[in-house]
Amino acid sequence: MNYSQPLELSHVTAWLDEVLRGAMPEFWALLIEYVLIGVVLLTLYAVLALILIYAERKITAFFQSRLGPNRVGKWGIVQSVADMVKILIKEIIYVKKVDKVLFYVAPFFMIVASMLTFGAIPFGQGLQVVDFNIGVFYVLAVSSLGIIGVLLAGWSSNNKYSMVGAMRSGAQFVSYELSAGLALMTMVVLSGTMQLSEIVESQRYCWNLFNGHISAVIAFVIYLISGHAETNRGPFDLPEAESELIAGYHTEYSGLQFGFFYLAEYLNMFIIAAIATTVFLGGWMPIQVKGWDTFNQIMWYIPSYLWFFAKAAVLVFISLWVRWSFPRLRIDQLLNLEWKYLLPINLVNIFVMVLLVLSGLTLTGLFPNVFGN
Amino acid sequence: MSGNYFSGLFKGVKSLLVGMGETWKELWTKKVTAEYPENRKTTLFVSDRWRATLTMPHDENNEHACTSCKVCETNCPNGTIQVIQKVIETEEGKKKKVLDRYLYDLGMCTFCNLCVLTCPSDAIVFSKDFENATFTRDRLKEQLNKEGSKLREKKKEVKPEAEKSAPEAE
Repeated sequence: MNYSQPLELSHVTAWLDEVLRGAMPEFWALLIEYVLIGVVLLTLYAVLALILIYAERKITAFFQSRLGPNRVGKWGIVQSVADMVKILIKEIIYVKKVDKVLFYVAPFFMIVASMLTFGAIPFGQGLQVVDFNIGVFYVLAVSSLGIIGVLLAGWSSNNKYSMVGAMRSGAQFVSYELSAGLALMTMVVLSGTMQLSEIVESQRYCWNLFNGHISAVIAFVIYLISGHAETNRGPFDLPEAESELIAGYHTEYSGLQFGFFYLAEYLNMFIIAAIATTVFLGGWMPIQVKGWDTFNQIMWYIPSYLWFFAKAAVLVFISLWVRWSFPRLRIDQLLNLEWKYLLPINLVNIFVMVLLVLSGLTLTGLFPNVFGN
Repeated sequence: MSGNYFSGLFKGVKSLLVGMGETWKELWTKKVTAEYPENRKTTLFVSDRWRATLTMPHDENNEHACTSCKVCETNCPNGTIQVIQKVIETEEGKKKKVLDRYLYDLGMCTFCNLCVLTCPSDAIVFSKDFENATFTRDRLKEQLNKEGSKLREKKKEVKPEAEKSAPEAE
């Protein structure tokens, strides 16, 4: 069944590709496309960060019964643009006793790690830069690179607060990476593939979250918890616990360098939400019901990237909700939660999922006429 | 041991959900932010106990209640108030000291309220007009009695006037 999708951005990209290939040799066409993709990704990165910062400040304010930014523009809507301009023209303070090379390289590790992850996320139908056949694995591997930036920043700052912050971050990241990875592996068992595009395609009539019912819901919750912990945001914000460590690993940074850390933190939040969307909530796939062709057509009129961003936005909201509900964990509580609860549950859960899939007790296995592809 | 593990787990999850329920309710409560410059004429609330600046209430006949007894000046711990008297001749030919200028330096005032408390004729009160910022220190020095104002004649009707001003001075 082919549905009409008038607002899809893949029309534009396909047309552009055709024009470029018609006008010049393949090498130059590809080169231009690569540059364009890079520019678009970078722009998306910056714009998303601005939107996220604005949304975070606004929602945070609402949770604290405040109004939040409300001076710059209507409802303070250009507040984060003003903040960006401020941070761009701020002086970068050169600290004397830092390890020069590492100190200046560290922010780039953060940015590059989240940029690399960005490349593999399917934002919409045909809006994925690289579709690896090991997409889940790639995303996990690359997003873990960011911790190197944190550790380098803490080490090279030559400052005990930064150092403590970075070490905490290291312990936290190594612990929770396990859970996040295993939770995603559970879903890989369910989907039978690591390729993100295929994972999305396989969720056409039934999201993985429902397809794997018990097991998938547990994996979803565990992934959200550990993803939240990986982004160093409250209640897992020990690495930058401001009441103890000033700002943790980025204490010594200023201006644009601090901006990089700030940006990466928000984008990591989005990336976690994006991966969870793709793997659990059907990614960019509109809500589809088998047989209801009119309904499906209406759903397809809403372009796929909007579906993706809407689902991701819900998860980002949940992340903010959690952040403003719970107090910060102590380091021993943090490690307890991971090693005594999440990891054992996860290991049992992946086993249960294998049993579910093998015995055909998933929703697609039980009701292939309703949910099967 | 294992019983503790699972009951602890479920208790923990439950308490987290209760907490999130609380914050969810908080999300929809009325916002308490006061948008100050816009609301100054509408919803701006200043506590009755707030002491912003010393004022001397004048009635419609441009009369005040200050007898220039200088109690406030004596009581002021840091010389904020300066009462300058002048001598006039009454209709009966008597010479009488009355208030000439009542000088008040906002920049030196600690808002201790001693002047208002000790004033025997309730001639001065602290107002709630808090927008007192100026560009120079000299602008903080003001004269509280208006030009051409004079002491209110003692009558029986003064009583309710005094009662009215008393709660303000509290």
